[in-house]
Amino acid sequence: MRADPDLYDFWPYANRPKIIWPNGARVAFWVAPNIEFYELDPPSNPERKPWARAHPDVVPYSHRDFGNRVGNQRLMKVLAQRQVRGSVSLSVAMCDHHPELIAQAAELNWEFFSHGIYNTRYCYQMSEAQERAIIEDSIATVARATGQRIDGWLAPALTHTERTFDLLAEYGIKYTCDLFQDDQPQPLKVASGRLISMPYSLEINDVIVYNAYNQSPRAYTEMIKRQFDQLYLEGADSGTVMCIPLHGFLVGQAHRIGAFQEALDYILAHDKVWVTTAREIADYFYAHYYDVCLSDIAAHKHRRRPQGQAV
Amino acid sequence: MTLPDEYLIYPRRQHGMDHALYPWSDLFARNPVKWPNGARVALMVSPALEFFPLNPTGKPFKAPGSMQTPYPDLRHYTTRDYGNRVGIYRILRVLQEFALPATVTTNAHIAERYPELIENVLRAGHEIAAESLTMDTLHYGGMDASVEIEYIDKSLKILRAFSEVNGWLSPAKSQSAQTLELLVQHNVRYCLDWAHDELPTTMHTPSGDLLAIPHSVELSDRQIFSEYKHSEASYVQQIKDAFDQLYCESATYGGRLLTLPLSGFVSGLPYRIGALREALGYILKHPGVWPATGSAILQAWPAASA
Repeated sequence: MRADPDLYDFWPYANRPKIIWPNGARVAFWVAPNIEFYELDPPSNPERKPWARAHPDVVPYSHRDFGNRVGNQRLMKVLAQRQVRGSVSLSVAMCDHHPELIAQAAELNWEFFSHGIYNTRYCYQMSEAQERAIIEDSIATVARATGQRIDGWLAPALTHTERTFDLLAEYGIKYTCDLFQDDQPQPLKVASGRLISMPYSLEINDVIVYNAYNQSPRAYTEMIKRQFDQLYLEGADSGTVMCIPLHGFLVGQAHRIGAFQEALDYILAHDKVWVTTAREIADYFYAHYYDVCLSDIAAHKHRRRPQGQAV
Repeated sequence: MTLPDEYLIYPRRQHGMDHALYPWSDLFARNPVKWPNGARVALMVSPALEFFPLNPTGKPFKAPGSMQTPYPDLRHYTTRDYGNRVGIYRILRVLQEFALPATVTTNAHIAERYPELIENVLRAGHEIAAESLTMDTLHYGGMDASVEIEYIDKSLKILRAFSEVNGWLSPAKSQSAQTLELLVQHNVRYCLDWAHDELPTTMHTPSGDLLAIPHSVELSDRQIFSEYKHSEASYVQQIKDAFDQLYCESATYGGRLLTLPLSGFVSGLPYRIGALREALGYILKHPGVWPATGSAILQAWPAASA
């Protein structure tokens, strides 16, 4: 274990190279529906039990299954009506369990990236071979179901090992949503190849807003508007990324979807917004800003005082 | 230390669900549900009568609402008992104002302690559904089957001495892997524990089927007030928003269902009862709302879902 994950260097949020998104947009806006499968009776990982109570843990299981019967569909309709393509954080076993739902999202030209096999199988204590197996499974399963190559990763239930990001880069994954250190993409330090962190935001994620902060649907709308207003303002200096991570079993409840629609319409009413997908943001960043950002980060690193030197 | 390779084997990675309790189905791709008289939204109000013992075993966990302080926790005991003495009567009065029939879920021990309360509920035209014996007789995975049979058998015997009982709610909605089958074996026809859908769904057990009527977790007064700690105004807004969404969808997709689980010790407080009245008033001013009990839904379901 180490004190610093050593995945990125300090990079102050001031005087960075100016990012301008396509058509002069200030904010690259993307929506990340998490389409997940939670198992009723999964094995336990030594570091984390899948359910708090003995199986069957009916309340949380059925709550999540609601997402795959009702909530995801409701969210899909709201996004489709507004021509917003989702970038799906996918439990790839969904391609086997509910291919009908995946086909609907693929039909809408949504992007799919991997959120592990199931959200009840965690990466803690995985060997390198096991971690490679879930990456290879993800690539093969999504390609088979949708024809898409996965370009992104969000670890199942945010569970990682020390080698996760090196492996992702080795397999040609372009971006990870696992790191929350910034509101702009950032090149990461990986053993080989290239990988960037894609701003995903836990703070504006419906799971955190509803289940950790216990907010009401209308309060969530206010939070989304405020989050957007600030990122839109700052985006005039250098383009920012705003992601709204969502879960059908939460935002797709009847009492919440209307308030979410209002938040979405607020954002879409602004003109300097690039409504896009994570893959398109990553591609644009690699093509125009990866190298210049890497140099800028390196320049900051050279300004660091050698350790132990007096102030 | 590494994980055993079995951790990456997925024996139920298959089309549909990872169990045989019910098949997968997309709410928006089904045949439209046709409620009686062309109703657009069925409204099922469900107040709970629950006994929280002063000395819970807490096994295998304390049901939400249980005692919290060191013994004797008179503060929580009497707060809960307030619900069964005062709060429920306030709720019953609001239901009477709107002539709304309800499904009152009750621990059987309430009927032993306060038979007059059960008689008042029944005389007002409501139905009762069983909620095991007390809030401390939890059903859970790995429990002794004979104990679970005793809980179910005893609670149904006690309550069926008062009236017909078709419905079941488990304390804390906690079940063992056998609960549904045992309920079928005891002639329970519908269960309120599973909220995996917004409409009733058929649950399969080796001994036969029963109907799962989704009893909302997210819109229960306990969730909104006690867990999320939202205001009364926010409660009303959320119920209105839920109703508006369902009412709107019903025009395209067929009948919808709104369930409102209530607790006497939550909604029955003087400062909260008005919020319930306001929410119900809003819903009931719309044409096409069918005030239904669990048994009425059960009865209507075969034709409604045909």
